[in-house]
Amino acid sequence: MPFKSTVGDYQTVATLETFGFLPPFTQDEIYDQIAYIIAQGWSPVVEHVHPSRSMSIYWSYWKLPFFGEKDLGVIVNELESCHRAYPDHHVRLVGYDAYTQSQGSCFVVFEAR
Amino acid sequence: MSKKYDAGVKEYRDTYWTPDYVPLDSDLLACFKCTGQDGVPKEEVAAAVAAESSTGTWSTVWSELLTDLDFYKGRCYRIEDVPGDKEAFYAFIAYPLDLFEEGSITNVLTSLVGNVFGFKALRHLRLEDIRFPLAFIKTCGGPPNGIQVERDRMSKYGRPLLGCTIKPKLGLSGKNYGRVVYECLRGGLDFTKDDENINSQPFQRWQNRFEFVAEAVKLSEQETGERKGHYLNCTANTPEEMYERAEFAKELNQPIIMHDYITGGFTANTGLAKWCRKNGMLLHIHRAMHAVIDRHPKHGIHFRVLAKCLRLSGGDQLHTGTVVGKLEGDRQTTLGYIDQLRESFVPEDRTRGNFFDQDWGSMPGVFAVASGGIHVWHMPALVSIFGDDSVLQFGGGTHGHPWGSAAGAAANRVALEACVKARNAGREIEREGKDILLEAAKHSPELAIALETWKEIKFEFDTVDKLDVA
Repeated sequence: MPFKSTVGDYQTVATLETFGFLPPFTQDEIYDQIAYIIAQGWSPVVEHVHPSRSMSIYWSYWKLPFFGEKDLGVIVNELESCHRAYPDHHVRLVGYDAYTQSQGSCFVVFEAR
Repeated sequence: MSKKYDAGVKEYRDTYWTPDYVPLDSDLLACFKCTGQDGVPKEEVAAAVAAESSTGTWSTVWSELLTDLDFYKGRCYRIEDVPGDKEAFYAFIAYPLDLFEEGSITNVLTSLVGNVFGFKALRHLRLEDIRFPLAFIKTCGGPPNGIQVERDRMSKYGRPLLGCTIKPKLGLSGKNYGRVVYECLRGGLDFTKDDENINSQPFQRWQNRFEFVAEAVKLSEQETGERKGHYLNCTANTPEEMYERAEFAKELNQPIIMHDYITGGFTANTGLAKWCRKNGMLLHIHRAMHAVIDRHPKHGIHFRVLAKCLRLSGGDQLHTGTVVGKLEGDRQTTLGYIDQLRESFVPEDRTRGNFFDQDWGSMPGVFAVASGGIHVWHMPALVSIFGDDSVLQFGGGTHGHPWGSAAGAAANRVALEACVKARNAGREIEREGKDILLEAAKHSPELAIALETWKEIKFEFDTVDKLDVA
């Protein structure tokens, strides 16, 4: 474990909420999170926004929420299609929980180029 | 059918011990742990508790014949042994709904835990649980916002929230205090918190603190691109002063304020919660003085009752202890009352200390706050115990970082997200906690240093108040 006894400088980072402090996920790590959303019975939702308004409450839906979608491959394709269509936007995946009317999961999959 | 007036002293059990009674859905039910004086029969002690916490007084009085007292009296309908304890027993008492003013927790507690606690026939008395009937719950305002609304306001999803109390708790000027808030928030925390004893002291008047904190919140939001808040403590010496502070927090566009509900009192708390609902303000609740009331296993009020009372009186976040940190609280009991804060229905479960089925109806949920003596090594256990609908607060575990509060905050945020990510991926985070943290530290020098700094700290003392088991 790297350990330095000297004081370091902490530089503020701009982040996009949950998982913003972890390195970008590998493909397998993204699959794990999608599988978790599906296993919880939540509906996957793909959303995107231009970085200039990433703090807004509403990001644009990509199509509609994928209500009841259980196929991991479908969600991966939709995330990639959204990213291709809006390369300069952030793209996030939401696990929408209709019971609590909240998001059980929400994290950015592709940051804007 | 009229009765005759018969002056004198009757045994309580003649009137208030009714083992055949079947409680109504609308009754308020209570479970007391009673320890009587030597030689007093259990039924008499239990009936005395029912009487003295409802309609009874020590002598028969003529004026009780002016009403139908049987309609209003509390009744002890069941007595149970306490497992592993020869002298104490549980008394279950049913109170008719009409004994209580609508929406008034103050009134409920004045009746149930009023005079009766000083009653001479008792050596000890502890209120273990209350089953509030849905008919009463619907008259209470409850959390001004609740878990779902708070998440939507703050844009925080899919993980516990992260906070910390500003330290040193006393003695900083307003500007220095705001500096510490800024450092924590820019480092990755969602919230910072006024310590409970920060009100408006000579070294830092409240208005001055509020202004510098508002600046810190604004700057950290701009620089990080995330939503931030600071619990501005509005607890004050008078209700008027409390509302003035709340109004100023709103003027400064702050998302959340704070109140100490036991020292401040239920009347003040219910009033402030109502104000918060009206003004779109989140409400964080501290619980100073609770251990005076809830720690003794045979006397006082169990915290699960105080937690239920808070959910009804109103608050969006409530301190619950940490299980793993420096403060009292065993795991099963804590899980039992955090269910009472967050779920819409909690079944009777003695292994968690819940004595009744409790239907919360449409009452919003309250975030459980874990705070006190916790650090980054506790993160896997905390995420596992408290789940997503919680606020994890590291005070010393943030400011004590060798690089300062911002780096301490970042270390905690990395550790939290690594645990959530691992949990979602199906890993057993308590068992694999060490590996998960060490992996995450490879990408975060702040976390690596935090892990090194706190590697030896443990708080392993036995719990004073345990669940009653044989």
